[in-house]
Amino acid sequence: MNARAIVATLVSALLVGPGVAPAQPKLIVGILHVGSITDAGYNQAHADGIQAMKRNLPEVEVIEVENVPEGADAERVMESMIKRGARLIIPASFGYLEPALRVAQRYPDVKFAHPGGYKRAPNLTTYWASTPEGFYLLGLAAGKVTRTNKIGYVVALPISFFLANINAFELGARSVNPKAETRVVFTGTFLDPAKEATAATALLDQGVDVLGVIVDSPITVVQTAEKRGAYSVGYHYLGAQKFAPNGWISGIAFTWGNLYTRFARQVMDGSFKSENILGSLGDDLLAIAPFGPAVPAEAARLVDAKRQEFTGGRAHPFQGPLKDNTGLERVKAGEVFPLTDLGKMNWLVEGVVGQPR
Amino acid sequence: MIAAFARSLVAGCVVSGTPLLYATLAEVIGERAGVVNLGLEGVMLMGAVVGFVTTVQTGSAAAGVLAAALAGAAFNALFAWLVVDRRANQLATGLALLFCGVGLSALIGAPYIGRPITGLAELTVPGLASIPVLGPALFVHDALVYAALPVAVATWWALFSTRWGLAVRAVGENPVAAFAAGRSPRAVQYQALVLAGLLAGIAGAHLSIGVAKTWAEWMTAGRGFIAVALVVFARWQPLRAIAGAFLFGGAISLQLQLQARGVPISPFVLDMLPYVLSLAVLAAGGGMGRHAAPGSLGRVFQGQR
Repeated sequence: MNARAIVATLVSALLVGPGVAPAQPKLIVGILHVGSITDAGYNQAHADGIQAMKRNLPEVEVIEVENVPEGADAERVMESMIKRGARLIIPASFGYLEPALRVAQRYPDVKFAHPGGYKRAPNLTTYWASTPEGFYLLGLAAGKVTRTNKIGYVVALPISFFLANINAFELGARSVNPKAETRVVFTGTFLDPAKEATAATALLDQGVDVLGVIVDSPITVVQTAEKRGAYSVGYHYLGAQKFAPNGWISGIAFTWGNLYTRFARQVMDGSFKSENILGSLGDDLLAIAPFGPAVPAEAARLVDAKRQEFTGGRAHPFQGPLKDNTGLERVKAGEVFPLTDLGKMNWLVEGVVGQPR
Repeated sequence: MIAAFARSLVAGCVVSGTPLLYATLAEVIGERAGVVNLGLEGVMLMGAVVGFVTTVQTGSAAAGVLAAALAGAAFNALFAWLVVDRRANQLATGLALLFCGVGLSALIGAPYIGRPITGLAELTVPGLASIPVLGPALFVHDALVYAALPVAVATWWALFSTRWGLAVRAVGENPVAAFAAGRSPRAVQYQALVLAGLLAGIAGAHLSIGVAKTWAEWMTAGRGFIAVALVVFARWQPLRAIAGAFLFGGAISLQLQLQARGVPISPFVLDMLPYVLSLAVLAAGGGMGRHAAPGSLGRVFQGQR
């Protein structure tokens, strides 16, 4: 023990006082959000998950930080959480992966859980939920609701997981409505509400009557659709339908509460191990939002039936034969595009109007 | 089909260009008085958040715009105090102001994210709105859109046809000479920066209660910096700012429209379009005319006030 450590020990002993052990929480969990936890979208889904964990495990304390930039700042926030006693860190954005891997290497005793399903470390678990089945079901409902047979999607960037969602959506729509087409506009950013409003308006002007959205917060696009009397489908968070009481169709949302509870329990009882968790419609990580008033009962029945097929393993969202929107065959008849390979899906399926890159 | 495309394109151009125009005019006024404000984005954000919060609280978008203008003016007055009275470096102060505005607006706005508002109402101009194609594109907008061009003309008139404007330009060119001629550079710069803050606040309000009708952190997404660049493009002329703002707004609108129409061009290329266009225009006009920047832009006036 060097001199500085001795002084630090003395000082902390003086501060705490002799013989008085402060009430230690059983576990401190640190969670970092890339945006605001009231965005009715990606971040709120994670924040609600942590709230659910707190309800399940009142003895766990949470350090929650919003609006943490992806990069060196994230590393500093994680380290400061660890210094304040956090033993489980949830860096809740894909872009926190590299900073988290670096911090995880420096603190092998601290456990990490990172959403994205991409990389792991001995003390870093990766988790995500497979969304194409859900998007297929949304497409199915939207295909039944649309009158113009044109559906629009406002999407941040043409990355493979988003392309897969749009493809599944279009396939679902076409399964009940062969004329349904999905038009995609990429805004180039996860958060620029004014640009999202302009993109949504551009799509509506092209005759689209259902709007979907894959950016951090669905609020602007869903509101724009509602104002123009169009329908909308949501993503990320269950509560988004309050922005479109009339035009809401449905949405898929992440429900992380049980998973976060499990992580916290595992860290407390020492059973935490690095895993690759990929949830699906069949388990409790993904939920379908309640249908809005625009959805006919028949569509709701179809969605439910298809959902049973997906969860029972009797159907696959990317069942061949599939062509991309340039006419190239991508999946042969009788084959499927494996959901574990979504990172390689760099094409848009026939029926989608848009450029994958 | 082409008519629908043109209508949507022009309407999108007007909507995207309006906040840029207000912000560019704000920066033109400040820079004409010799003060460059790189923190314009922060001032816009303060306007955006205060405008949104006020609209939620009062239910009146007009009150929101007024509050946004006042908030922008107050925030820019703080900047004026730092660079005029405290003689702080303008570039460093501007950047500090930017991050201060980002943080403060996020703090103020956090409880209001996701609060629904009606926002600024779309006003249809009777008669004109029924002109084919251009009518619905140009004459079905909110009041801030209609006010933007008159404000630009008023700014031009104030800067180039009034004694006050002469004083502003004199201070921007040579504050020592202006002082010798009996003008107070301090008073003139304060006036210019408060006016600039008003306009920047309105620019932010148009984003939050006019276009997006929602508040999100850093929702200006770089528009403040684009406005600072547009000032150079406009050669510090309010009327040229109109062209710059709507050219840029048009490019943003065009790239979204082309995608919505399914034009087979990469979205990455389309996303560059506004910037490529700006570079092309700057290159084309680069050598023309005299250098238009105010002579003492960015310099700290060391004389008496």
